[in-house]
Amino acid sequence: MRLCFSLGILLALAGCASERVVLLPSKDGRPSEVVVRWQGVEHRLDQPYASATRRPFVLSRTATSSGEVGELYGTTLSALPERPVSFVVYFLEGTDTLTPESMASFDRIKAQLVSRSAPEVQVIGHADRVGSVADNDILARTRADSVSKILVEAGIPADLIAVSSRGEREPAIATPDGVAEPLNRRVEISVR
Amino acid sequence: MIRSHCLLAVVLATAAVAVHAGEYAGRVKSSRGDVTIERSGTRIPAPVGTTVEVNDQVRTGRDGSVGLTLRDNTLLSAGPNALLILDRFAFDTTTHAGELEATVQRGTVAVVSGKLAKESPESVRFRTPTSILGVRGTEFIIEVIGRPEE
Repeated sequence: MRLCFSLGILLALAGCASERVVLLPSKDGRPSEVVVRWQGVEHRLDQPYASATRRPFVLSRTATSSGEVGELYGTTLSALPERPVSFVVYFLEGTDTLTPESMASFDRIKAQLVSRSAPEVQVIGHADRVGSVADNDILARTRADSVSKILVEAGIPADLIAVSSRGEREPAIATPDGVAEPLNRRVEISVR
Repeated sequence: MIRSHCLLAVVLATAAVAVHAGEYAGRVKSSRGDVTIERSGTRIPAPVGTTVEVNDQVRTGRDGSVGLTLRDNTLLSAGPNALLILDRFAFDTTTHAGELEATVQRGTVAVVSGKLAKESPESVRFRTPTSILGVRGTEFIIEVIGRPEE
């Protein structure tokens, strides 16, 4: 009985499913890798268009191509949401006033809001590494809040905007702790 | 006989308890044809703008396709006859800590990984009915064919 049941499961798995994983080239050029594990067997895909296919009882490495991917998965790929885009704004030194160049990027942000479906705006504050991590969380948040206000004044609906702070965790330019760096005192406006 | 065992496997897999159920995880950005989300036992249509929550089961029909953007900027899309389950999702916008776990039960799903995979690749996992995928700064496709439609 039990054997029959196990056999049934095996037959079911064998009969009803095959699976495939295809690694695509990454658009931003970052190193890219997928590790596929199946019942103790492991395949590491680290080249564009490398793929692993699991047919009943076997996981094997298979090759594919850009043309084949387009043909088989074009419908799925064309449903991918538009990639998020980021704008960085800077403050005049010692003020919460944005530089004129920064103000000019607002028109491009507005254009993004018109062209995207269900757009969302992330306003993300950053600080340099002067001061403590906790203080920089607050400082970067304050910067992000003031940019959020300016965006609303510029006509961007407040309910599309979410404000957050990365503090000193994501410097544009890496520095030792305690170093003042104007390019790290910034606010990122990401539209998705 | 074979069909019922397939169904059993699907039921068992989807019965797995998810933490953070009901938490806002993302948003539908593209939706064509028949696209629904099953949430707490109820199926709702999922046009552009619909929020996606943890534990949601996203389904597409024969002519359907859907695209989602999660809060960490992970992009997901599913082609026709797909079932994608968002098992776990958490994302801290300050530290970028969190986790993402999703299962492709059937159909084709494309993934463009987001900030979670960049910050801590080990916190991102995709599953198929039989395999587990680990991810590192990556764009890829998962295809599960021959699974029954319910």
